[in-house]
Amino acid sequence: MSLASPIQEPKKSAIDWRSLRDDFPALHQIVHGHPLIYFDNAATTQKPRFVIEALRSFYERDNANVHRGVHELSNRASAAYEAARARAAQFIRAKSADEIVFTRGTTEAINLVAQSWGPKNLRPGDRILLTEMEHHSNIVPWQLLAERVGAQLIFLPISDDKGLLDLNRLDEWLTPQVKILAITHISNSLGTVNPVAELCRRARRIGAVTLIDAAQSAGHCPLDVQEIGCDFLAFSGHKMCGPTGIGVLYGRHELLEAMPPYQGGGDMISTVDFHRSTWNRVPHKFEAGTPHISGAVGLHAAMDYLDRIGRKNIAQRDHELAAYAYERLSRLSGLRLFGPHVGRAGLVSFLAADVHAHDLVTVADQRGIALRGGHHCNQPLMKQLGVEATARASFYFYNLEEEIDRFVDALREIQKFFSR
Amino acid sequence: MFDDLHDLYQQMILDHSRSPRNFRKMEGANRRADGRNPLCGDQITLYLFMEGDVVKDISFQGSGCAISKASASLLTDALKGKSRQEVKRLFDQVHELVTTGKTGGDDVGKLAVFAGVHKFPARVKCAILPWHALIAAIEGKVEPVSTE
Repeated sequence: MSLASPIQEPKKSAIDWRSLRDDFPALHQIVHGHPLIYFDNAATTQKPRFVIEALRSFYERDNANVHRGVHELSNRASAAYEAARARAAQFIRAKSADEIVFTRGTTEAINLVAQSWGPKNLRPGDRILLTEMEHHSNIVPWQLLAERVGAQLIFLPISDDKGLLDLNRLDEWLTPQVKILAITHISNSLGTVNPVAELCRRARRIGAVTLIDAAQSAGHCPLDVQEIGCDFLAFSGHKMCGPTGIGVLYGRHELLEAMPPYQGGGDMISTVDFHRSTWNRVPHKFEAGTPHISGAVGLHAAMDYLDRIGRKNIAQRDHELAAYAYERLSRLSGLRLFGPHVGRAGLVSFLAADVHAHDLVTVADQRGIALRGGHHCNQPLMKQLGVEATARASFYFYNLEEEIDRFVDALREIQKFFSR
Repeated sequence: MFDDLHDLYQQMILDHSRSPRNFRKMEGANRRADGRNPLCGDQITLYLFMEGDVVKDISFQGSGCAISKASASLLTDALKGKSRQEVKRLFDQVHELVTTGKTGGDDVGKLAVFAGVHKFPARVKCAILPWHALIAAIEGKVEPVSTE
């Protein structure tokens, strides 16, 4: 995603990453007798004080319900909620705040599209194109839809352990029956960064609608929905320094406009009779009931916080940490590494010979190192790779090289521990 | 600082996870059950040959973490010749053992090596998985059991 920019990439040491750790209270604690090393950022990131304070300040001063009240606090809460929507539009360069629907997270955003856009636009025999590296949240909603409308799911294959999509064969999959391409931007278990703009361009050529799962990318690199050229994009607040329970569905305005409501209730209606109702305008049509107001406020703060650091800088820091970890791990014997060698996002997925991922993660935890072991909500992918599970270290800008060193030392000990 | 870990991964557990006993598919089994732990991908299949109320033969196959594999292996060793009632009593004792660390009865024998599991709440389900499959097999349930 390169808009030609005259600005030079910042130098490696342009930002004092270590000092940013002071913004994150949760990073400074002892776990099982060791300073915490938090390497489970692909699952959720820690929260900066700036976000925690925004939540607290909202509840201490502005708390009220939105959109219906006339009183001062309700006005403030409504303004804060809508300001968060405008900020989210700016964050991903949507044309208008009306293209931003607040959801509980990426999963709900994808379900919204599958359940609202899907039945109206898919006919029996139509195809839904996914990839083999999708998270369960970008598989199961489509399975439910396919079953409902008689459509078929097909999957773009990944090459091998390197975890890259084979774009040379894309035309074999992008047939006229494909009505939607739903694809992850960054794989949560391989670290692959998919060329989403190219994929959307090719999908558009055959008239398919496109959805990007940006759960792993929104907090890690600049996002521009116009440059990507997608119809829908989904992300979660909690994977980018924001609170849990809040996320965003971006949808192109004309698509959202044509979609039926997702859930019924207050706020999403314009008029209600006992037997009939009319819908509120987009995006409110998709937000039934009292929304997660404080969540939106917290997400707003998170977006401000990340952009103060600069998402380009964060992306570069992710690459540095992942490259360093990959380099150090590839020198250990008896380790199998998954995902691309170069250009990987900030995570490393691996397996140690003769040590099951779950055992490895248990022992690492005793060293204060938070890893994840399992199928990472990628069961079909694990099957494809011929493994039951992998262990994963996923980084964020507040992680340090010396933490990776401690992690590599611990891995050596773990290998020894299990070969005794 | 690895004391708890040595409690969890006792030598006997590592031995059984590396060379599990009765690790085979049983032709002619008259009871069978699958156990799955979707969180970490553990899956085992337990085979039983019962004569009346008594476990005459028992074996398993599958893959998983050291704890679940060793638990299945030691279970098969412990159960040959036991009656349905004895099996259920042992299940209760093992359940107490892995959740509280207390050896509830004197039947557990070698299975006492799993006492350390209780300090690792996330791993209790690994140890208990084969036992759930066992109860399902004995009761003749056909659906796979899950610890989730």
